[in-house]
Amino acid sequence: MKKFIKDLSFRFNITEIEYQRKNLAFVSVDKESVMQMLSYLRDTEGFSHFVLMTAVDWIEDGIFQLTYILNNPTKKIDLAIRIKILRENAEMYSAHHLWNQVATYQRELKEMFGINFPGSPRVNESFLLEGWDNIPPMRRDFDTKKYSEETYFPRPGRGTNDPAQHMKIKLYPNE
Amino acid sequence: MNKHWLNIGYDRSKYPETGVDGNLVIDKTAHKLVKLWQGPNHPGVTGNMSIELTISGDEIVEAKTHVGYLHRGFEKLFERRKYIQVFPTCIRLCVAEPDYNEYNLAASVEELSGIEVPEVAQWLRTLVLEMARLQSLLRVVPGQGGTTGLGIGVQWGVYLRDLILDRFEELTGGRVYHMYIIPGGVRGLLPEGFKKRLKSTLKEIDEFIVNIDNLMFSNAVFKKRTIGVGYIDPTWVDSYGIVGPNARAAGFKRDVRKDYPYLKYNELEFDPQTATESDIYTRSRIRWHDLKMTVDLIQQILDKMPDDGIIRAQTPNVLHWKIPKGETYVRSESSRGEYGFYVVADGTEYPRRINLRGPSYTHAVSLLEHMLIGANIADVASIMVSLQTCPPEIER
Amino acid sequence: MKETDIHDKFLHEENKKREVIAPDGSIIEIDPLQDYFCDARPQINEPFKIKVIEKFLNWARAESIWVLGFGTGCGSIEIPPLVTPRFDAFRYGVQMRATPRQSNAFIISGYLSVKTLKRVIRSYEQMQSPKYVIALGSCTINGGMYWDSYNTINRLDHYLPVDVYIAGCMPRPEALLAGFMKLKELIKAGKAEKANEYIENLDWYKANQKKIIRDWNMPDYNW
Repeated sequence: MKKFIKDLSFRFNITEIEYQRKNLAFVSVDKESVMQMLSYLRDTEGFSHFVLMTAVDWIEDGIFQLTYILNNPTKKIDLAIRIKILRENAEMYSAHHLWNQVATYQRELKEMFGINFPGSPRVNESFLLEGWDNIPPMRRDFDTKKYSEETYFPRPGRGTNDPAQHMKIKLYPNE
Repeated sequence: MNKHWLNIGYDRSKYPETGVDGNLVIDKTAHKLVKLWQGPNHPGVTGNMSIELTISGDEIVEAKTHVGYLHRGFEKLFERRKYIQVFPTCIRLCVAEPDYNEYNLAASVEELSGIEVPEVAQWLRTLVLEMARLQSLLRVVPGQGGTTGLGIGVQWGVYLRDLILDRFEELTGGRVYHMYIIPGGVRGLLPEGFKKRLKSTLKEIDEFIVNIDNLMFSNAVFKKRTIGVGYIDPTWVDSYGIVGPNARAAGFKRDVRKDYPYLKYNELEFDPQTATESDIYTRSRIRWHDLKMTVDLIQQILDKMPDDGIIRAQTPNVLHWKIPKGETYVRSESSRGEYGFYVVADGTEYPRRINLRGPSYTHAVSLLEHMLIGANIADVASIMVSLQTCPPEIER
Repeated sequence: MKETDIHDKFLHEENKKREVIAPDGSIIEIDPLQDYFCDARPQINEPFKIKVIEKFLNWARAESIWVLGFGTGCGSIEIPPLVTPRFDAFRYGVQMRATPRQSNAFIISGYLSVKTLKRVIRSYEQMQSPKYVIALGSCTINGGMYWDSYNTINRLDHYLPVDVYIAGCMPRPEALLAGFMKLKELIKAGKAEKANEYIENLDWYKANQKKIIRDWNMPDYNW
């Protein structure tokens, strides 16, 4: 695994390497080289199984982290590729030509995070939501509790306690 | 608008015509096709989803999967919950076999915070996961017969599944949702006499396995309806992300238990079957072999596991538990195939992101849309069930 | 933004008012949501005037609860055990039906996302009166597990009238059977009149439904 990543870093500009397990490594690359890297890994290195693709919202840094996890079924290793893109007007190259299911992931990301993938098939059709009229719900600045309370008639009498505080009051009132 | 749409002289049976390459020439904008919705309120769909079919005669020319009827925004809800609160929520991700969610989350939390799970707890986890697979397969294997009108197998299967649920209830207190696997271990040891009762249930299932073989796989109608229908080309396996029994039926020996052994699968003897025909019959047959293998695995686990010991590792106070910053991807083999959790922790008490990779995500959307083209309307239900789709894990 | 504007925003192309050319060449103006559906308000289902016959009818209704087979949420996993030999709901006259036209009871099996709620309303309104709603699970009562979710409703009784609630997450088949027995009692006593209540308060229900279903695209009452 280590040797393979070393070879890979000669070819591509890998900024960060993290070995999570013996067979799972996380590498960070820049936005421009990721498509090249994905097709190189698929065609030459045998990473033929596309596991998943998702986004993480780091709102405090103003970036979205996109993660592509690829799997090599013969060598039985996983490689996760992380890319950071700007949160404002987020846009990423589409990888639907490499694996057919990627279009579905990109449709979901477009709907849930508002990341645009120009050229991806049916990317603008709604996937999970119907008639959504707000900011994309998976962004961190969308408050689901507030939205639910305003929209869906909460039944009165339901309280929420912070579990730690509640246990302390109930179990150790004198402390 | 076409002016000749009422022209009596127009021969509708000529449409669509066969082109030079042998395929039908279909103009989807010609207003000569019928749109048909299968689902969400339809007995022939798995769960609550729908397919928008464009048909020409009895043949499907275009299919679009519509999901989102079960979208609860789980991944958003996880961000608002502490790690221990995520556990009772995340098992509701997939109702057919909830235990894989528990295991995946527990395993990723343990990996990120470096907790070793005791020996006995690992055995108990393996047992629970195999029981979950068993109850899921007991629904699906005869369910394939149900789609072609063979209802008796379903009745048997649901009854036997109920017996397994009884064992679950005995062990965990819950019938469908168990919450048995918790970070650091499991919640309890086996009750007294549990092994004996589970073994007698397994004996009944052994009988069922033989009976369903005679009833379903030798049935002329079932064979006629399924052999050669719903073919998955082996080249699609990688390009569509097909995993689990569907990939095994296409000749790829993909099984997470063998490839990336977790828990105690190293110490158990099993051999996942593969085949090359890759039609509905073969996929169903592979699941039947899985069922047999699972019963055998549970027998092995019951024989090999120690009776007593520590079942839970020391964990910090779960209410203030801060998971160190990190990312991981943990996978396990559910009855449908590779089932994985991608967990991002940011060093606080709340998870930053938990993303689920369910096998249905690729099977039921991109693959199904591709497979249905050219199929008949009557085969849609069979094809869907043969992929073993579970909508909640697509939409979460 | 006014509510009607939101509904206009999500109006599908095929439901918009437009002009079409008929086969004979004349131009016709059509408004699909008005023209293709009957816009008559639904009528209240009055009880039969002779009390003995109404009692007999209620007995007959109570003994033939036909449930629409629409698994809306995760509670639908407990329906197969219910109708198979172990719990055998058929002995109480409960059986599953495939279409809304043939059924008179609707089991809302768990949480409802907004997208499903729209289909549920459509199916419910297509059912023939007298009809009953059984709400299964905590999520229909106060949101349950998903009380803070942005896509699931919290209280079902704001959108559909509920005859019987079955609490639990998820309720066992025995609880479902108990719910059916309770529904039978109500029907026999002539108290399961929620379908009429729905029609009496149709405007309130419709306003609630339209508040959250922005992609409305259907007539006001789909009977």
